[in-house]
Amino acid sequence: MSQVAAPPRRTGPDGGTPRPASRRRAPRRIGVRAVPYVMVAPFTAFFALFFLVPIGIAVYQSLHGTERAGLLGKPKDVFVGLGNYAEVLTDPGFHSGLLRVLGYVLLTIPVMLVLSAGFALILDSGIVRLRRLHRLAIFLPYAIPVVVATLVWGFFYQPEFSPIAGALRSLGFGTPELLEGGALLGSIANVAVWQWTGYNMIILIAALQAVPVSVYEAARLDGCGELALALRVKLPMLVPAMLLAFIFSLIGAFQLFNEPAVLRPLSSSVTADYTPNLYAYSKAFTDAQPGYAAAIAVVLALATFAFSFVFLRAGQRKGAL
Amino acid sequence: MKRLGLPLTQLVLLLSTVYFLLPLAWVLVNATKGSDDLFSAIGFAFGERFALFDNLAELGTYQHGLFWRWMLNTVFYAGAGATVATLLAALAGYTMAKYRFRGSGTLSVLILGAVLVPTTALALPLYFLMVDLGLDNNPLAVILPSCVSPIGVYLARIYAGSSVPNEVMDAARVDGVGEYSIFFSISARLMAPALVTIFLFQFVAIWNNFFLPLVMLNERALYPITLGLVDWNSTPPSSGNVIYHLVVTGALVSVIPLVAAFLLLQRHWRSGLAAGSITA
Repeated sequence: MSQVAAPPRRTGPDGGTPRPASRRRAPRRIGVRAVPYVMVAPFTAFFALFFLVPIGIAVYQSLHGTERAGLLGKPKDVFVGLGNYAEVLTDPGFHSGLLRVLGYVLLTIPVMLVLSAGFALILDSGIVRLRRLHRLAIFLPYAIPVVVATLVWGFFYQPEFSPIAGALRSLGFGTPELLEGGALLGSIANVAVWQWTGYNMIILIAALQAVPVSVYEAARLDGCGELALALRVKLPMLVPAMLLAFIFSLIGAFQLFNEPAVLRPLSSSVTADYTPNLYAYSKAFTDAQPGYAAAIAVVLALATFAFSFVFLRAGQRKGAL
Repeated sequence: MKRLGLPLTQLVLLLSTVYFLLPLAWVLVNATKGSDDLFSAIGFAFGERFALFDNLAELGTYQHGLFWRWMLNTVFYAGAGATVATLLAALAGYTMAKYRFRGSGTLSVLILGAVLVPTTALALPLYFLMVDLGLDNNPLAVILPSCVSPIGVYLARIYAGSSVPNEVMDAARVDGVGEYSIFFSISARLMAPALVTIFLFQFVAIWNNFFLPLVMLNERALYPITLGLVDWNSTPPSSGNVIYHLVVTGALVSVIPLVAAFLLLQRHWRSGLAAGSITA
């Protein structure tokens, strides 16, 4: 990389004769040496306070429980060691939420990755018409806040407003229950696929455009058709970008909160422990058990980290990253 | 097969585009319906009365114009947070690319690790911190954490490394320009495209944020638009106060600024995503 040492030599106090036009005062050696520290200080301070300290607080909280002396006594923090963790790890509510999130991962990520890679390959091949329009339309959901997207899809799912239900009813079918039971998870997955496919597609298109044109020209000279070019040459080149998209989607999926929280008033199937994140939220704010909530958050973050680390390493070993 | 392949691809693409635009089309159509038509004319059918302007007027006055208050809050939170985040990220990324200093390695490892930490995981502990600082239910509780963008530092560092030549910095030093002036008057300008991208992405991230303000704020007048619309949508119909038409019209109005920004600034977000994918 193009790094230069600080302090830079040429600005030393005796570095050549000062130009007469320069209005510079006598340079300060310490001042120059401090430059990089001063420039990273603001970010580092914010980062420490709003990123590192909260992690510390979460760990501290998770080791404490709340105890009340009597019904109206003042709540008091007591050290409980790993008690909260032992409880979280054996809590059926936490388990069911985690399982639901895994189901959500299976429903969303494969579909999303296949769709975004497919769209990227089609739009990059240049064989179809109106490429810019398609690309923009597929990407547009990314510009819609998750909450608004879920609200709107919520209208699609409610029997009273739903164009889907309306169409099915007019064809003589019953009204589908899209907001209850097992179908709910599919309805939530649909919002996520709708929202993130275009974003991942744009990343994959960018990855394709970074490949030198000569690679494609060589393949074409060898008699490679557009379809074979897409599947045999381009697709393998997309693997690293797809693996990264996979990992970031996984991180997001573990934190699933917004969609079920927004659909909660519409559906009795969204329980307080629907996802681990929702569980942590209700433990902290409904049940006033901040220690327990913190333990859930820490376990969830560790699980996320472990998963993404395993997949990153697997990718590195396979030489994909 | 060859003759069928292309029209088929075209058709699949067309159907997909319809799917991705469908919810937006639904919002557009249904924002024109009054409360009554919303229930009687289902889906994409237009209602008997074109009520878009009535809805907009009601949106502006309902609960003393709370909707526009929420929009202003959102613009303020996102604007302030993204501005500070961009400045901090630019300074830090540039310094890490162009200077050698103690702790640089540790800092870059921490920042890279932080990219993998989802912001929702931090929201609860941040809330406890803000309570300790006495800042809960205060706009600062939403703005301050939004000023940290690890991915922004990462982007700024890569861009500074490739677009700010050392020769230019050295030439400025020979001319007696101080290190800070070099950054603000030369390097920051060379980094402008990356800075726009960082700003844009952070702005969108704050605009879209729901969990953090949900945790931090309990006074409705402080809500950003996401929280506000959910609040309206959660009003039970049994309360005799059906405001779904306002929710739909509000959703439409609330997405216009971001959609417009994305359409106008296509070049910037595309180059930003490209930078992120190639170098990550």
